Amino acid sequence: MSKTGRKIDKADPGDVVLESGIKVDPLYTPESVARTGDPATIGKPGEYPFTRGIHPLMYRKRPFTIRQYAGFGTPTETHERFLYLIDNGQTGLNVAFDLPTQTGLDSDDPLATGEVGRVGMSVDTLADFEEVFEGIDLDKITVSLTINGAAITLVAMYLAVAQKYGFDLKHLRGTAQNDILKEFIGRGTWVFPVDPSVKLVVDIMEYCAREVPKYSPVSVCGYHIRESGANPVQEIAYAYCIAKAYVDEMLKRGLAIDDFASRLSFNFDIHGNFFEQIAKFRGARRLWAKIIKEDYGATDDKSGWLRMIAGGGGGGLTKEQPENNIARSAYYALVSALSGTQTMALCSYDEAYTIPTEKAAEISLRTMQILIHEMGICDTVDPLGGSYYVETLTNQMESAIKRQMEEVDARGGIVKLVASGDIQKTVSRQAYEREKAIEEGRVLKVGLNCYRKAEDTRPVGFHAYSEANARKQIARLNDVRKRRDAERVKKTLEQIRQDARDNRNLMPAVVEAVKAYASVGEITKTLKDVYGEYQEPIYF
Amino acid sequence: MRVRRLKILLGKPGLDGHDVGVKVLGHALSDAGFDVVYSGLRKPVERIVALAVENEVDVIGLSILSGTHLVLCEQMKREMKKRGLSIPWIVGGNIPDGDLEAIKTLGATAAFATGSRLEDVVGYLNTLAKDKTR
Repeated sequence: MSKTGRKIDKADPGDVVLESGIKVDPLYTPESVARTGDPATIGKPGEYPFTRGIHPLMYRKRPFTIRQYAGFGTPTETHERFLYLIDNGQTGLNVAFDLPTQTGLDSDDPLATGEVGRVGMSVDTLADFEEVFEGIDLDKITVSLTINGAAITLVAMYLAVAQKYGFDLKHLRGTAQNDILKEFIGRGTWVFPVDPSVKLVVDIMEYCAREVPKYSPVSVCGYHIRESGANPVQEIAYAYCIAKAYVDEMLKRGLAIDDFASRLSFNFDIHGNFFEQIAKFRGARRLWAKIIKEDYGATDDKSGWLRMIAGGGGGGLTKEQPENNIARSAYYALVSALSGTQTMALCSYDEAYTIPTEKAAEISLRTMQILIHEMGICDTVDPLGGSYYVETLTNQMESAIKRQMEEVDARGGIVKLVASGDIQKTVSRQAYEREKAIEEGRVLKVGLNCYRKAEDTRPVGFHAYSEANARKQIARLNDVRKRRDAERVKKTLEQIRQDARDNRNLMPAVVEAVKAYASVGEITKTLKDVYGEYQEPIYF
Repeated sequence: MRVRRLKILLGKPGLDGHDVGVKVLGHALSDAGFDVVYSGLRKPVERIVALAVENEVDVIGLSILSGTHLVLCEQMKREMKKRGLSIPWIVGGNIPDGDLEAIKTLGATAAFATGSRLEDVVGYLNTLAKDKTR
């Protein structure tokens, strides 16, 4: 456990051990760097193995993209929110969907009661996307869809709406999260059993590699794995094992690594020890480049670029003295920038207990803008490069991640360990151990288990939920159902069923179905008929 | 004297996928000697109550973080009444202070907001389940 916060005693510095299990020395020297790795691999930014960044000029040429997670209520409200964010200088959109949409249910499904539009925007049919993205320049604003279990339908809708508004799919950019394996570990919006779930991820990847070559069809998430209790090494290692599982499937379908690897992207978490996180990203970036080149034989350097969104994680925030989270998030943003991220997002200070209020979301946005415009963070590339400590720790993190990946493979591979619940059991046990350590004061959280005040107030300002909006959304869905060509819907759904049975790539059929205004629930139900539903392993 | 371990069903009603907290509590209760049954994610309230009956649990704990706690607690109240059950149930999750009392009015014996200490929740459940099995 980290002993950050303890009083330093010069006579006996004691042991400082990071969450990842690495022991920290009181002093680092050039010998520390040489002892833990090959100093030559530090190299230059923009050059293999990219320890110092994937571009030669990094933020000097273009600052990181700011892409806050947003979306709630009806498509109309979300549309207005997006226009507001763009007006305020946000350069990318990260769409939050409500839970019915995420789990492939229509707004009028009995299981959706009380959930419509609550934690994100509700989407039933293409008509909703037509409203949300109207008037937004999808060539300039990159859109990220946080969707997994129902990804095939929502990605198809995004492509359909982009086409409808005149954007060329050959040039369309954007990202879909579409990482189902991590949903089984954390976040929980799985729908189908593990194998067909992976097949659908790869269907989207394959289709995009051929038809929408600049789109990032998957964002592999260490983020939620870390939030579920993984340490920083496991966060990266499990994410890489998952990414490799998707890559292996793509290769089996006859694509070459250089056809698609440059469109893979990653989503990572930041909380915990400052330097451990920075070293995690630098070591991870180098390791990914090596994996893609050495294990997969890529010849295009871009294939091995670790392109990531790295943001302040909710896991580090506290409900107690919530304003302290503003300070925490600013440090997380600094970690992210010092790690050479491509895109940044921060959890808002109130996110430990509610959907962010507008004020809190704005403070997050301004935090990142202050970093860009006032701190000189973009002036020079990888300012920590060459630090004896950072380079040593980068070496150690890279080795530890590699070892952890080998352990996963030795135990049968990530798909097997996720299906059996072994990974979930490991990380949830760790989450418990950490919680205990906080309760017992062995890990310090300011304002939670130290520096409490008698007059500490309980948080206020919860996100309000609108029943009326939920009813409006259901009325909208019913209206679309009345207006659409019922025969065409039936035919396109039947094609999905047939293609699923024949094990064909489902994207073309799903694209046709969404264009016919088939709903998220109808498409998901059709697939459930063929694939069944996931049964969660229970391990207490 | 207790003849068997105290048994609890931890349930995740609604569509909420946040299961870190419920699993942390599951580990804590196992360590504290409870027999823990977990429903898994996204179970209708009817299913959770049926599981509680099948497993003859002493107490039910519902974990809800998406904000739907009042809707789901209404359903819980109806289902318990319909089946004529008196198994005590509690709720934990992302619950604003203003809703804590409302949840108890709907029949829960207690509600724990995020940030509650494991020690307090486990302690409470121990007392509750022992009272019931006495």
